[in-house]
Amino acid sequence: MYTRPRRRGGGLLRIIVVLSVLVIIAWVIAMLFPGGGGDATAKAQEVTPDQVKQGEYLARIGDCAACHTAPGGKAFAGGLPIASPIGTIYSTNITPDPDTGIGHYTYGQFERAVRRGIDAQGHTLYPAMPYPSFAKVSDQDVQALYAFFMHGVQPVKQEDRAAGIAWPLSMRWPLTYWRWLFAPKVGPIQSAATGDATAARGQYLVEGLGHCGACHTPRTFTLHEKALGPNDGHAYLSGGESDNWIAPSLRGELASGLGGVSDEELMGLLKNGRTERSAVFGGMTDVVQHSTQYLNDEDLAAIAHFLKSLPPNRQEQALTYDEATHTALASGNASAKGARLYIDNCATCHRTDGHGYGQVFPSLAGNPVLNGENAGSAIRLVLHGGTMPQGRDAPTQFSMPAFRERLNNQQIADILTFVRSSWGNRGEAVSAQDVAHYRDLSPGGQPLMTGYDPRQQGPDTPGPDADDQSAQPVTTK
Amino acid sequence: MIRQKPVDVVMIGFGWTAAIMGIELADTGLNILALERGAWRDTSPDFTYPHNADELAYGIRGELFQPLARETVTIRYGVNDTAVPYRQYGSFLLGNNVGGAGIHWNGQHYRPSPEDLVFQSHMAQRYGQKFMPADMQIQDYGVTYDELEPFLEQFEYLCGTSGRAGNLNGEIKEGGNPFEGPRRKEYPNPPVHDNYGASLFANAARSMGYKPFPQPSSNASRPYTNPHGVRLGPCNLCGYCERFGCFMYSKASPQTTILPVLMRKPNFELRTHSHVTKILLDSTGKRATGVTYIDAQGRQVEQPADVVIVSAFQMHNARLMLLSGIGTPYDPVTGKGVIGKNYAYQMMSNVNVFFDKDVAINPFMAAGSGGNVIIDEFNSDHFDHGPHGFVGGGYILGGQTGGRPIQQLLVPPGTPAWGEKWKRAAKDSYLHTTGVQTHGSVMSYRDRYLDLDPTYKDAFGQPLLRITFDWHDNELKMTRFLTDRAQEIANAMKPKQTSQTIRKPGDHYDIRQYQTTHTTGGVIQGVSPETSALNRFQQSWDVHNVFVTGASAFPQNLGYNPTGLIGGLTYMSAKAIRDTYLKHPGPLVQA
Repeated sequence: MYTRPRRRGGGLLRIIVVLSVLVIIAWVIAMLFPGGGGDATAKAQEVTPDQVKQGEYLARIGDCAACHTAPGGKAFAGGLPIASPIGTIYSTNITPDPDTGIGHYTYGQFERAVRRGIDAQGHTLYPAMPYPSFAKVSDQDVQALYAFFMHGVQPVKQEDRAAGIAWPLSMRWPLTYWRWLFAPKVGPIQSAATGDATAARGQYLVEGLGHCGACHTPRTFTLHEKALGPNDGHAYLSGGESDNWIAPSLRGELASGLGGVSDEELMGLLKNGRTERSAVFGGMTDVVQHSTQYLNDEDLAAIAHFLKSLPPNRQEQALTYDEATHTALASGNASAKGARLYIDNCATCHRTDGHGYGQVFPSLAGNPVLNGENAGSAIRLVLHGGTMPQGRDAPTQFSMPAFRERLNNQQIADILTFVRSSWGNRGEAVSAQDVAHYRDLSPGGQPLMTGYDPRQQGPDTPGPDADDQSAQPVTTK
Repeated sequence: MIRQKPVDVVMIGFGWTAAIMGIELADTGLNILALERGAWRDTSPDFTYPHNADELAYGIRGELFQPLARETVTIRYGVNDTAVPYRQYGSFLLGNNVGGAGIHWNGQHYRPSPEDLVFQSHMAQRYGQKFMPADMQIQDYGVTYDELEPFLEQFEYLCGTSGRAGNLNGEIKEGGNPFEGPRRKEYPNPPVHDNYGASLFANAARSMGYKPFPQPSSNASRPYTNPHGVRLGPCNLCGYCERFGCFMYSKASPQTTILPVLMRKPNFELRTHSHVTKILLDSTGKRATGVTYIDAQGRQVEQPADVVIVSAFQMHNARLMLLSGIGTPYDPVTGKGVIGKNYAYQMMSNVNVFFDKDVAINPFMAAGSGGNVIIDEFNSDHFDHGPHGFVGGGYILGGQTGGRPIQQLLVPPGTPAWGEKWKRAAKDSYLHTTGVQTHGSVMSYRDRYLDLDPTYKDAFGQPLLRITFDWHDNELKMTRFLTDRAQEIANAMKPKQTSQTIRKPGDHYDIRQYQTTHTTGGVIQGVSPETSALNRFQQSWDVHNVFVTGASAFPQNLGYNPTGLIGGLTYMSAKAIRDTYLKHPGPLVQA
């Protein structure tokens, strides 16, 4: 009785000692051979105003601000909390402030951080920084980015916030191994062999700075993307998950991917966040708001062209509009499960024919988001609502209200089951349990306000009960 | 006192006219500041369905209205009476918060008739000066319809107004308003479909030889992108317009037409919870130097500015001018002075039309303005007033603006006000009732004006505005004439029963009954500093860097809803500021 545990304890001690030795060896190796290549002493090119401007454009494509500018914070001064499986990390100050930002970075150090994931101290960056994608950015573009961040950005003195990750997971050196294993080598940019220059440009933007795969490519259990480019297989951009949003496939699936979406529609989505029949929501809202709306039409066309060239990962039948739902609802037949709830809550905007209104309220009929396997994004949208981004030519930010207080899990499940199976849609049923999962998650951010709503900083409180509050002087010190 | 960094332009109140001024002046690069005493409000999250359709909160308790406990107006009938405060909402509804009354309007979007703008000259010429009662003091705007036409059009294209032209470049078009002034372009959107009550009215009116047309409506009949790139949603006829925010993004308001662009201009700033108490003048009294306001923390703030735009609601504009000592206060005894002069209102009447159960009106399918039908034969000077002995007129509307359970549930005459019989009558008539309404003008008179109340003060200790107003015989005659015509059409609709609401001789102005929020005058525009506070560009005759927008500029009230004209006059003023005033600051019209 007493000896067995002791023997086992002795074995455990041995294992611990062996493991410790291995860990120390691993640590020493990681310290001695950080790898990653690049030359930290490399010099920047002569800076020109055009280059700074180009760098600004590239920084938009890279969507650097999405993470490095906190809501209400100064541009590129960091501080945005990013949830990771091991705890919350905070984006860093990448303004040219020499003390708290990256003002002291040489070009070489900058290049190593962007493309290789190694900071000036030699630490490996958390892969929230998409350096596995940025590895494919050209020297010329990294030079322009450097020029922009050194000369086009206002320096801000703001200390980086320490990550909220508990020891031992807070140790950075094991990341070095992750980087060795999963980050690609930086090498010359490979042009597509097809001779299609537009597709090549699109591929360069999508794979590299655009880092679309960070959300839209599925990840393994070790959290690296299953594919970093079209040559790595059909997993590339076949749909992923990010921040609890389901990122749909950007490949040619006929129902749940881009198979039924035209080049023009894709360009419209990236430029304005909406088209005649659809709109972006969830995580893509910020991408359009801060990044893609700034892309010129040539680059947008290249991206659309490239994405449309990706063959489907799953074979699906094309969706065809089925008039039956509309006929039933229009004739007063709401007997289908969820139909009545749909009429009461959804039809005023999305209409009984499921078509919505162009550039205002998206179509539900034939919407790829409703025809994918995972209904998570739609569930979250119904629960917590959402607001369209400001687009380049579309300043109106239409909102969908939150239904979490009006509808219970079963009702939302019924509505989504109805929506996913009506007008020719072929999404699977949604259960109350599916909804419950998303109801318990934080809605995150302020999805129901426009970007210019002053209440995000000020004293106004939304809602009809705010008058009393607005009447009373608010005392602040 | 906190002193803020000077700005180029400060605007007092952030509703329709300030939003228009802001967007029209923003491209000059000037620093523009809007001070709004209320809070920020927007379609989302404030007016989302179903919360927006809470009739008790918005319709009865007035969530969108100015809290009267902090500031109201006082009202009396005559110059020798003592005024008492307007403590509960009744007759008119004062807007509050960003967007002002532009949030809770119905969307009726009219142009004035050409003669409305030169009303005194026109009436005197056609009927002789003696036709007008001696104490009537109607005036010209100093602007003609032709001058204003491009600006009226500009406002319609901003709002995505839905309607059908009746006069395109002088050519009378079938199905539109044949009495309107010529317009260069068709409405930006086709009319909203007639509601059923309105179509019954239209048929009856047509059979009597009238020319019914769809009410011009800033409830967009389809999704619409305006010239700023701002897109509106389509009206879904939910019936919650007046007193409510629109959840469909389809009722034109500053929020749905201008703010998505203006709020992002780096040279534009909005400060909410900023209650302006006074416009500051320099030692000569000829130049404004800025304003003082009380901020959200209750602190006094001085805001220096080169140009002051007084863009609050009509009554507040007049009060602020009086509080700031700009222009001579109006004296009803001598008829001299201009600030507070020519306060006017609107004269409404209703004929409720009850059908049997075989006529399904379904009143819940309605919009604040879209879907209703109008005849304009008896408005402005569209008919010979000679035999009738009154000045002015109004339009007659058929249809309904909603079927809200508390305020829009009509029962036939003779029904008890409560109890089982009322319930049965309500149930029986709800789906089968529509209405015919008249919307009439009110002229301006020597003894109808605005000044500061000697007794009552607001929460900040400043005197309240005092309204001296009651009906004159001219309006009572007008409404009798108009209501008789309305009743004839209602009868021709072959209803089971009708009931009538009309102000009769001997009736006082009753502030408990809602009529309209179309209060006008007090800072009127015109051709001479002797008789008006503002020149044709809405610039103060006395202090050239003060501009006063809104219905406070109307010398008398016309038979139409005011918003279309307000927008047109604001655009005209904005253009004069942008193109002329900023280059050569000074009077735009020599007195």
